[in-house]
Amino acid sequence: MSNHDNGRPETGAFFPRDRSWHPPALSPGYKTSVLRSPRKALLSLDGTISEITGPVFGHSMLGELDNDLIRNFAKPGESAIGERIIVHGRVLDERGRPVAGALVEFWQANAGGRYRHKKESYLAPLDPNFGGCGRTITDENGYYYFRTIKPGPYPWPNGVNDWRPAHIHFSVFGHGFAQRLITQMYFEGDPMIWKCPIVGTIPDRQAIEQLIAALDWGNTVPMDARAYKFDIVLRGRRSTFFENRPEGN
Amino acid sequence: MVQDLGYLKETASQTAGPYVHIGLTPNFCGISGIYETDLGSSMVNDRTLGQRITVTGRVIDGAGMPLKDALVEIWQADAAGLYHSPSETRGSADPNFAGWGRCPTSAEDGVFMFETVKPGRVPFRDGRLMAPHITFWIVARGINIGLHTRMYFPDEAAANGEDPLLAKIEHRDRVETLVAAGESPVYVFDIHLQGEKETVFLDI
Repeated sequence: MSNHDNGRPETGAFFPRDRSWHPPALSPGYKTSVLRSPRKALLSLDGTISEITGPVFGHSMLGELDNDLIRNFAKPGESAIGERIIVHGRVLDERGRPVAGALVEFWQANAGGRYRHKKESYLAPLDPNFGGCGRTITDENGYYYFRTIKPGPYPWPNGVNDWRPAHIHFSVFGHGFAQRLITQMYFEGDPMIWKCPIVGTIPDRQAIEQLIAALDWGNTVPMDARAYKFDIVLRGRRSTFFENRPEGN
Repeated sequence: MVQDLGYLKETASQTAGPYVHIGLTPNFCGISGIYETDLGSSMVNDRTLGQRITVTGRVIDGAGMPLKDALVEIWQADAAGLYHSPSETRGSADPNFAGWGRCPTSAEDGVFMFETVKPGRVPFRDGRLMAPHITFWIVARGINIGLHTRMYFPDEAAANGEDPLLAKIEHRDRVETLVAAGESPVYVFDIHLQGEKETVFLDI
């Protein structure tokens, strides 16, 4: 389940998070962040065993259609309406090592930008054959893939005329709870990306570009589905050599 | 010039948004038939060792209003102080306790609740024991990067008094924001995102 060297699980603390790369808690252009962001500084803590460890999930928990959103909510013999795509890539850590056994969960709106959620009131219709959630676990090379339909853009009450770009939400577990990450994947070439206040919470343009999946022509399946490649990077961790020694490394 | 370190950058966080339930607790929001149960909805079974406790609370915004669209995950050691994780090197955790749970705050009153066991003590990096604690991770619409914090127990005053993390809190009147209210077996942990009672959040 883990990045083992010589078969031993890694126990090093994680690289500190670069919080100038991530969005800050307070980003007034995204209005809801104003009352939901701490005003006081975070308390820094080099990882203890409570953060270095994390839950693991076995492949046995997965159903046959968990990574096929085109079919996992569809009536027998039917499928979701929209642009059929494959989303695939690798989960790596900052050292470039594959993160095997990582649970990846994803959710999205349908082709018209409508979410299947009771609090959602957008007038675009639901697709009776589309639920909008899926999950998978990375293989020994950190690889994952799923099939879905490309989500539509979606209006939201922030500014008077704000629209989200087409996006898929991702939730990822690594091997330590400190690696826990939720993010959003965007699509190459979408002009909406650069207008979005939620994308705009990220200060660094390169950090935004890292969230944009490229059209992957090589992995496109002729007469079936186009492919987008989206690699995800989780925090790296220190060598284990001098851990548990009071003087540290 | 020197060699390039060659590290990748961590993928940037984005908010979980208001419809996080679709992906992480689909049955909770009425999407049935895809997963049998929502992941993390049950932490204990008949054979789980240790003292059963209930941990409940709310996530409260800067205007004092509970969030009705937040998602809370917890991670903790078993009753003997062992984590169910490959990175746990001190022994094997209780096989009937994974140590992880996930609960959305309710759409009616914003309350979350976990049925779990009281965790044992685990060591800090230098070997000193930390007081029993549960790690919390909170995501929601309006939260750009998941917030980590810890819950400590009000009936562990002696252990809390020597806890290395609590000792790091410079403003001592903020220590109590990490200590639950209530008494065994029901502990109440309200998390204040902002303002006078703001919870101490961690950069871990």
